[in-house]
Amino acid sequence: MCIGTVIPQYAHFAEPLTLQSGAVLPAFDLVYETYGQLNAARSNAILVCHALSGQHHVAGRYADQPENLGWWDNIIGPGRPLDTERFFIVGVNNLGGCHGSTGPASLNPGTGKPWGADFPVVTVTDWVSAQARLADHLGIEAWAAVIGGSLGGMQALQWAISQPERVRHSLVIAAAPKLSAENIAFNEIARQAILTDPDFHGGHYYAHGVRPLRGLRLARMLGHITYLSDDQMAEKFGRRQRPGAGSYSFDVEFEIESYLRHQGDKFAGIFDANTYLRMTRALDYFDPALEHGGDLAQALAPARAGFLVIAFTTDWRFSPARSREIVHALVRNGQPVAYAESGCAHGHDSFLMEDAHYHAVVAAYLQRIGL
Amino acid sequence: MNSTPIRADFDVIAGWMRPGERVLDLGCGDGSLLARLIEERGVHGYGIELDDASVLAAIGRGINVIQGDLEQVLAGFDEATFNHVVLSRTLQTVRHTERVLTEMLRVGREAVVSFPNFAYWKNRLAIMNGRMPVSEDLPYEWFDTPNLRFFTMLDFEALCARMRLVIRERQVLDEAGRLVGEEPNFLGSLAVYRLGR
Repeated sequence: MCIGTVIPQYAHFAEPLTLQSGAVLPAFDLVYETYGQLNAARSNAILVCHALSGQHHVAGRYADQPENLGWWDNIIGPGRPLDTERFFIVGVNNLGGCHGSTGPASLNPGTGKPWGADFPVVTVTDWVSAQARLADHLGIEAWAAVIGGSLGGMQALQWAISQPERVRHSLVIAAAPKLSAENIAFNEIARQAILTDPDFHGGHYYAHGVRPLRGLRLARMLGHITYLSDDQMAEKFGRRQRPGAGSYSFDVEFEIESYLRHQGDKFAGIFDANTYLRMTRALDYFDPALEHGGDLAQALAPARAGFLVIAFTTDWRFSPARSREIVHALVRNGQPVAYAESGCAHGHDSFLMEDAHYHAVVAAYLQRIGL
Repeated sequence: MNSTPIRADFDVIAGWMRPGERVLDLGCGDGSLLARLIEERGVHGYGIELDDASVLAAIGRGINVIQGDLEQVLAGFDEATFNHVVLSRTLQTVRHTERVLTEMLRVGREAVVSFPNFAYWKNRLAIMNGRMPVSEDLPYEWFDTPNLRFFTMLDFEALCARMRLVIRERQVLDEAGRLVGEEPNFLGSLAVYRLGR
């Protein structure tokens, strides 16, 4: 069942936050939503981490925007795998985001103007630090679970490493322990599309009253291809053409073109290019094994959490082999881990879909968590 | 025909485990063997299972189950990660028999293997009567079976010799789950081995 009407909340953090880059944010805000009730022991809280384009509106609807359903509503609610009758669920917009948390479009207190290009590059580790402040704010000493898909799964993994005492379970879905050269290559093309847009103005486009919409649109179109599977695209679009096709022009002729343009336009209309740059960079930099000479098992050794790792066989962006790297490193350490694979047809985006095996596995795993 | 009670098989395997040892169960199903080894013997257990429903059941009971193809998952483990690698009543379904046995003894210090003995007297009788045996230890018709290999204890031991695997211990059970002493290749319906290098 859907959780129903929800409202976003804001938390202000006045303590400066030193980022991995060495840059210091003097203060910051995080926007978040919560679903369900925190129990008296404060032991039933689950943090949901979002991926590249996600935000804090994870489940439910807004009273004044009933069509605006949370991006992961199908897994959260009474009787759903993340059961709000049992758990207190927190969704948060990450630092550097563009949905209400402090980010490049926020005012820089030093200049009184939007940060723009001067907003620091943030990393997965920085997000965990900021989210830990939110946990303090909410009085949550330890999460029953931290869960996320894709870049969100990387945060769930980083939480278990950075804050071992504060994570009882880490659910890492459709993720990877680090990006491959191919993954970074796709990100670089997306960034180049934005950086070379004449409306980008070195990242200070707010002052010019414009936005690098063309670049952002291209970035999203490219990204979207990597979220789908070849089979699913063949099935959904094939070579189907639009009415009036065959005009020997470069107008929209194939359905797939129409779909990508629509996705690109929609995204460029609501997302901030500076945030997109930072989110993709956070993905590139994520590599917890780096400071351990590339030894992932050593990086994961401090974790005290139980792990559930899930991958999708149609996901070529972060294939099951990438998830198995995490599983094998955990087994090497003798750490508790369960791993499930789903054949859901939607490629990387499968983690957002309502696949029976996938959701049943999440539900079964969470049910065994004692509160 | 009765099948050798599943607990009898597990009893033998459980008897070979020590507290704190690391065990990998290949084709762990719903994790019932692992659950028992963890509870009664205090081992640290992992299992590999392909089937969705079994994986779900294993996760529900708190088992460290890894979903996937046995050979593919095995390939990702380091040498000597486990004290015991268990293959219970599954060897007859494995295509690459030698490769799997080799892998088991790469990732584990010891391999524990159980399988239905095709030379069990009732199976011999069925063949004598002109039909392939169908029993609860071999419960499939010849045209619809996951079993790819039909072999006897003597066949298996010959393979071990050829692969230079050391048989550390062998227990043979009849259909009632009783240990068989004399004429095991004739009177035993299920054989359980501990193998080393």
